[in-house]
Amino acid sequence: MAATESVVREGNGGAHPAGPAARPIPRLLIPELDKCIQCGFCLPACPTYRMLGVETESPRGRIHLIEAAAQGRIPMDARLEEHMYVCLGCRACETACPAGVRFGTIIEAGRAETGPTGSPLARRTTLAALRHLMPYPERLRAAAGLLRLYQRSGLGPLLRRLHLMPARFGEMEALLPAVPDGSFAPAQEVWPAIGPRRARVGFLSGCAMSVLFPGSNEATVRVLRRNGCEVVIPRRQTCCGALNVHNGERAAAQQMARRNIEAFLDAGVDAVIINAAGCGVASKEYGVLFRADDPTSAARAEAYSRLCRDATEFLTELGLTGTLGEIRARATYQDPCHLAHGQGIRREPRDLLRRIPGLELVEMEGADRCCGSAGIYNLVQPEYSRRILDEKMQAVVRTGADLLVAPNPGCLLQLAAGIRARGVPIEACHVVDLLDRAYAAAEMPAESRRV
Amino acid sequence: MTVSLAELRCHIADRGALTAALEEALGRDRVFAQPVDLLAYEYDGSVLAAVPDVVVVPASRDEVAAIVRAAGRFGVPLIARGSGTGLSGGAITPIGGIVVAMSNMKRIFSIDLDNRTAVVQPGVINLDVTRAVEDDGYFYAPDPSSQSACSIGGNVANNSGGVHTLAFGVTTNHVLGLELVMADGSVARLGGRGPDEPGLDLTGLAVGSEGTIGIVTAVTIRLMRRREAVRTMLGIFETIEEASQAVADIIASGIGPTSLEMIDQLTAQAVEPAVHAGLPLDAGAVLLIEVEGVREGLARSARTVEDLCRANRAREIRTARTEEERHLYWAARKGAFGAMGRLAPNYYLHDAVVPRSQLPAIMLRIGEIARRYGIRVANVFHAGDGNVHPLIPYDAAAPGETDRVMRASEEMLSACVAAGGTLSGEHGIGFEKNNYMPWIFNDADLHAQRRLKAAFDPDDRMNPFKVFPTPVSCGELLTRRPPRLAASGLWI
Repeated sequence: MAATESVVREGNGGAHPAGPAARPIPRLLIPELDKCIQCGFCLPACPTYRMLGVETESPRGRIHLIEAAAQGRIPMDARLEEHMYVCLGCRACETACPAGVRFGTIIEAGRAETGPTGSPLARRTTLAALRHLMPYPERLRAAAGLLRLYQRSGLGPLLRRLHLMPARFGEMEALLPAVPDGSFAPAQEVWPAIGPRRARVGFLSGCAMSVLFPGSNEATVRVLRRNGCEVVIPRRQTCCGALNVHNGERAAAQQMARRNIEAFLDAGVDAVIINAAGCGVASKEYGVLFRADDPTSAARAEAYSRLCRDATEFLTELGLTGTLGEIRARATYQDPCHLAHGQGIRREPRDLLRRIPGLELVEMEGADRCCGSAGIYNLVQPEYSRRILDEKMQAVVRTGADLLVAPNPGCLLQLAAGIRARGVPIEACHVVDLLDRAYAAAEMPAESRRV
Repeated sequence: MTVSLAELRCHIADRGALTAALEEALGRDRVFAQPVDLLAYEYDGSVLAAVPDVVVVPASRDEVAAIVRAAGRFGVPLIARGSGTGLSGGAITPIGGIVVAMSNMKRIFSIDLDNRTAVVQPGVINLDVTRAVEDDGYFYAPDPSSQSACSIGGNVANNSGGVHTLAFGVTTNHVLGLELVMADGSVARLGGRGPDEPGLDLTGLAVGSEGTIGIVTAVTIRLMRRREAVRTMLGIFETIEEASQAVADIIASGIGPTSLEMIDQLTAQAVEPAVHAGLPLDAGAVLLIEVEGVREGLARSARTVEDLCRANRAREIRTARTEEERHLYWAARKGAFGAMGRLAPNYYLHDAVVPRSQLPAIMLRIGEIARRYGIRVANVFHAGDGNVHPLIPYDAAAPGETDRVMRASEEMLSACVAAGGTLSGEHGIGFEKNNYMPWIFNDADLHAQRRLKAAFDPDDRMNPFKVFPTPVSCGELLTRRPPRLAASGLWI
C-alpha cells in the first residue's frame, strides 16, 4: 500500500503530478467511502459521465477524488471543486450501485469543505441567499414580491432592448415562471379533515413551493383533507435546508433542521407530508446532518425523519377515497431524481395518476434521468443544464403528452422553461394538482373537464 | 531480482512538449494533465492503482492515430481504456504513460439485421448494443456481469465471456472484424464481415491481446436472434458441493442449458439487500439456470433440470413467472461483485477455470484454503463452464490482511491449475497474473507469443508490462487505498 503512495509521490521526479497536500482534511467522511469497490456500474447511470465521458465527472471518480483529498493525497483545490460542482447531485448512481453507497452524502460532505462554487460574486450571492434568505419564510415572500413587481414592470424587456441586461442574468431570468399573486399563507394552523378523520398529518410547505407554486400547496392540503386527514401547518416551520446541504452550507442547514424538527414533533402528527422531492430526501436524512457533532439532535432528527412521507407515498399507503372525476388528457411522468433515486419512489405517483379516469399515462424514454434542474444547478452550470434539458424535452415531445407531471418544484421550473423555450402546448404540473382537479371535476358532473 | 516500479517508470524528457502535441491533435479540453484529473485514472475495477502521466479522450480513429504518432515521437507508452471495469489491472499504467480513454467513442455506426452484424466504436457500452436491437428480436451474445457498464473495446481486449458463454461462447466467437491503429500510427483492417475471412486470422489474435498490439477503433460484431422462449430457474441447495454436482449432472444430461450460474450463501447475503430478488439467505448455494429454445421443448428441459436438482437434494426450485422476476434473478447475479462493498472495504477475486468434473472437489479445496488463512470467501461463478470466481472480501487497512489474502488467492489459483485448469477464464491476465504465466506456458511458448507482439509493436509501447511476465510483480501496486488518516470528527 505504501507502494501506491510511492508511485504517486516519486513518479518522475519533481515534474510528476499529485504532490501530497500540505495537510489532510480532517472532517471528511469514511465509512460510506469504504463501501465503494470501484466496480464502475454507476458510470452509465450518471448524466454528466454520459455527456462528458471522463472519469472525473463520474460518481466513481468523484468518490475517489474526495477520498484522496481526505487522505491528504491531493489538496481540496479549485480543480477538485470544479469537478464536485459538475455533479448534478441527482443520485442516479445510488440506484445503480450494487453496494448501496449513499453518494449524495459523500458529495455533500465534499462540498461542505469548499462551500458554494462560482465566481467570487456568485459565491457571495449564493452564500447570502443560503444564509439570509432561505431560512426566513417572510424574507422569501418579500423577495418573491419584488420579483413579481419586476416581472410586471416591463423593466426586463426594456433593459434587453437597450442591451443593458447581462447575458448571464438573462439566462437566469428565462428559467423563472411568472411569480403568482400571493404566496402560500394559510389562515389557520390546523385544517379539519373532510369526512371521518383517518390521520393527523403535518404539512411541510417548503420555500420554493410556497412562493412559486402556492396553488400546488393548496391542492395538497385539499387532497389530504378530502382523504380524511386533519392537516397541521405549523407557522414555526421553515425551509428544509436542502439547498444549503447541497451547496456546502451545513451550519445553516442544521439550524433550519432544528426548527422544523421541533415544530413538527411538538405538533403530535402521524406523518409529515412533503410535496417536494428534494425536501423529502433532505428531511429523511436529517440524522446524517447531526451524526458527528450533536448526538442528541441526531436522535430527535431520526424520530422526525421516520415521520416524513412524500405526498404520493403517503396517499398511496393511505389509499385514495372519494370520487375522482374525469380528466381527458395524455400525461407523461418525469421521475424527480430525489424521489426515484433518493427515496425509491417510482410506482406510487404513477399508480395515483392511473386512478384518474380519462387520463392516459405514457412513459417517456429515460423518465428517471435528470432534467438538469438539480437544485440550483441550472444557475451554476447553465451550459450542461441546457444540454441535459434538451435531451429531456426531446423525449417528452416524442410521447405526444399534453401534461408533463413532476412532483418537485425544481423539475417543474426547469421543465416549464423547456416548454416555453420550445413553444410546445404542454402543461407542467404536480401529481397533487391533477388529483385536486379530478376531485373538483367529480363535483361538477355536468361538464367533464378538459385541461 | 528486485526492481522497483519507480525505477522503471517511463521517462518523458519534455512533458510540456508532449502535452502540447496532444493538445494540437485533440484540442485543449480533451487532454488532461492536472494532478486531480490524473488521479481519477489511477484505478480500474481491480485492486491495483498507478497514476498515468497524461489522459486523452479522443473522438475518432484519426485522433487515435494522431495520439499514437505523438506518443511514438516522445517514446511514451499508451494504455487504451474502456469503462475501467476490468478486474486484472489491464487499464492501469504500472510505468506511467498516456491513458487513451475510449469513453467518448461510443457511436453505433451501422446495424445490418438482415446479415446480423453491426459496426460499433469501442467505447459503446456492451448492453447498449443489445438495447439497440432487442425490439427487433436480436441481441449481442457475450454478456459479462458488468455488461451495463463495460465497453465493447474492453470486451475485445479481454476476450470477455459472460453468463451465457456456456451456450454462445466468448467475445472472439462474435467479432468478425476490427479496425486497429498500429504502433506506428497506421490503420489496419482485420477480418471482415464473414465468419472466416481469407488470410491469417489476425482478428483472432487481436481479440484477447489486452491492448498489447494496437488500439481498436471499430468493431464488426455478430448479432444473434432471440430464441422463441426462455425459462429461468433457481435451484436452492443446502451445500455448494451438492449444487456443483447438480451442475455436472445437468451438463451430462445433454439438455444444453444456456447458463448455469452459482451464487453461494455469502454472495446472496451481500447482494440481496441491493436487489431484493428473493434469494434465500440461509441456503448454502443457489443455482441460476436458464434454458432456451422452441416453446414446446422447454417444459421437458425444465423437468430434467428439476429432477437433477432434486436428485442432488435441492430443497426448492423456483421458476421466474414474469420478465420482471427474471431480470431480478439476473440482477442478483450480475450485481454480485459490486455488492462485495457491503461486506468489506476491499475485495479480491480470481478468475480461474477447472474442468467441470473437478468442480465439487475444487469447491472443497477453496473452502479449506480459506479456513486455513482465516479469511471469508464468496463463490459466485459460471458453473457451467467450470469458470470459478472465488471472491475474498477484506480490509486493506487491517495490518497483514492484504498479504494473507494474496497468499490464499495464489494457493487457490494454483490448486485450480493443478486440477487441470487454467489461470483465467475471461478477465484477462493484465498486470495481475502475468507473473503466473510460466505456470501454464514454458519458455518456448512464451517466446513465441512475445515475438508475435514484437512484430506489431517493436518498441513495446502498447500497454507494456501486461500479459507477459515482468521483473516486478503487481504486489507493488496493490490496493488503490493507502492507509487512512486518523478518523477524527467524521460525520458520515
